[in-house]
Amino acid sequence: MQALTTRSKVAVDKKMTLKERLYLPAIIGGMAITLKHFFMKKVTIQYPEQTREFAPVYRGQHVLKRDDNGAERCTACGLCAVACPAEAITMTAAERKKGEENLYREEKYASVYEINMLRCIFCGLCEEACPKEAIFLTDRKVDSEYQRGIFVYGKDKLVEKMDERVDVSKRQTKEVIEFKKHPEYAHNQLNKSLK
Amino acid sequence: MMSFLLYKALLVIIIFVISLVMAMYSTYGERKVAAFMQDRLGPNRAGPIGILQPLADGVKMFMKEEIIPNVSNKFLFVLGPSVAMFTSCITGAVIPWGTSLHIGNTYYPLQVTDINIGILYIMAVTSIGVYGIMIGGWASNNKYSLMGALRASSQMISYEIAMGLAIIALVMHTGTLSLGKIAAMQTSWHWNVIYQPLGFLIFLICAFAETNRTPFDLPESDSELIGGYHTEYSSMKLGFYLFAEYINMFISSAVISTIYFGGYHMPFVGHIASGNFLAILGVIFLFAKIIFFIFFFMWVRWTLPRFRYDQLMNLGWKVLIPLSIFNIGLTGFLMWATGRIH
Repeated sequence: MQALTTRSKVAVDKKMTLKERLYLPAIIGGMAITLKHFFMKKVTIQYPEQTREFAPVYRGQHVLKRDDNGAERCTACGLCAVACPAEAITMTAAERKKGEENLYREEKYASVYEINMLRCIFCGLCEEACPKEAIFLTDRKVDSEYQRGIFVYGKDKLVEKMDERVDVSKRQTKEVIEFKKHPEYAHNQLNKSLK
Repeated sequence: MMSFLLYKALLVIIIFVISLVMAMYSTYGERKVAAFMQDRLGPNRAGPIGILQPLADGVKMFMKEEIIPNVSNKFLFVLGPSVAMFTSCITGAVIPWGTSLHIGNTYYPLQVTDINIGILYIMAVTSIGVYGIMIGGWASNNKYSLMGALRASSQMISYEIAMGLAIIALVMHTGTLSLGKIAAMQTSWHWNVIYQPLGFLIFLICAFAETNRTPFDLPESDSELIGGYHTEYSSMKLGFYLFAEYINMFISSAVISTIYFGGYHMPFVGHIASGNFLAILGVIFLFAKIIFFIFFFMWVRWTLPRFRYDQLMNLGWKVLIPLSIFNIGLTGFLMWATGRIH
């Protein structure tokens, strides 16, 4: 079997040599290590003033995207709710009325879309399941609250506002973006709106 | 006569205050050293670089609720921390903090009292220090406290023997028990550590055991005894116990610096200074040595894990005591060989 580390030693019940029984060389060696760390660069991040940088693919609070015309992309197909291992997503579908073409991209839309942020494990499977590129995880954090009910986020908190759009391009690897350029998916492109 | 009393009283107060301030800032230093050795920053919010942290800790200790357990022996429960604090404070009396200041026509030695059995006085007072822990642990009426107290007393009694034997070799070399004379005779580089390296090593190890510091912190051993002898203590009584430990550390460092590391002497400094200036420089050198040894105590604490109890006893009885007896024999032989005794 391949060894997991090069530093593991087999424990043997051997007699200690005089050098080992003296303890002092080992103690001095240990103290040299701690003294080295004494002068090393410290790893502390002083939180309120400094914050740790997020990874580019950080999975935080979700966003429901709109297209460039401002129409919601979600069609309430329910694949995200099925994919969700924590069963955090629920939705109610509704039919688009005449004159609502600016609001909803397809004929069907989610009239209610709720994510329970206390159940959500931020795995990103909803994002993978979504055929319409509607839901994405972002680098925003979910706010802390005093009451549990507030954590059930509705469309008011999830759908992105047109005046402060959320950039999700970092969530997609180069390969994914390349794959989505295929003509078959052209209608679905993130920033392209249906005519 | 009046001025003599006034000067002594002033000196006592200054030493008392310095001991307390050093102990206060040792707690801060301990946390900083621990943090730095673990690649952290340590307390740095109270004041610039956290310099006011000891004050904040002190205020916290005073404000906490004072709990005296119902089943404890109330009188002894209060007596314990008082004894611990008292004994650690009175040790500073015999340590020579410097030569003497020459003001007017009088010399003012910077030592409260140079009794001719200074070393024995220190040994005696540290022995009484066991009572503080013993009484506190017993009076708490708690098995963990009692275990801690038992460990503390047997450990301190065991290591006192080796410590005493190490000092005997030193006394053979110096020919006096007075700390003032021992410090005075180690001029420039003639530090006792050069003549007594083995004795110094034994004394240092015993000093760790006597002050209950890691790797010999079995009386406290938070992970097995929930704090040991001070488990039941709260508020400022707990503060006194913890504080006494830091004063003990300060005094041990002062004793080690005085009897083995030349006290207020420093090589070559006699050429550049004289008189009162030299005396003040001496005090600064002594404190530099003391601070180094306090750092050394902390350095060891944040490096070494705790001994097992049987290992501790083995080291004390089967290694250090024979070694110190050998050291006495070696010292005697070398003195005979160099013609100092006949």
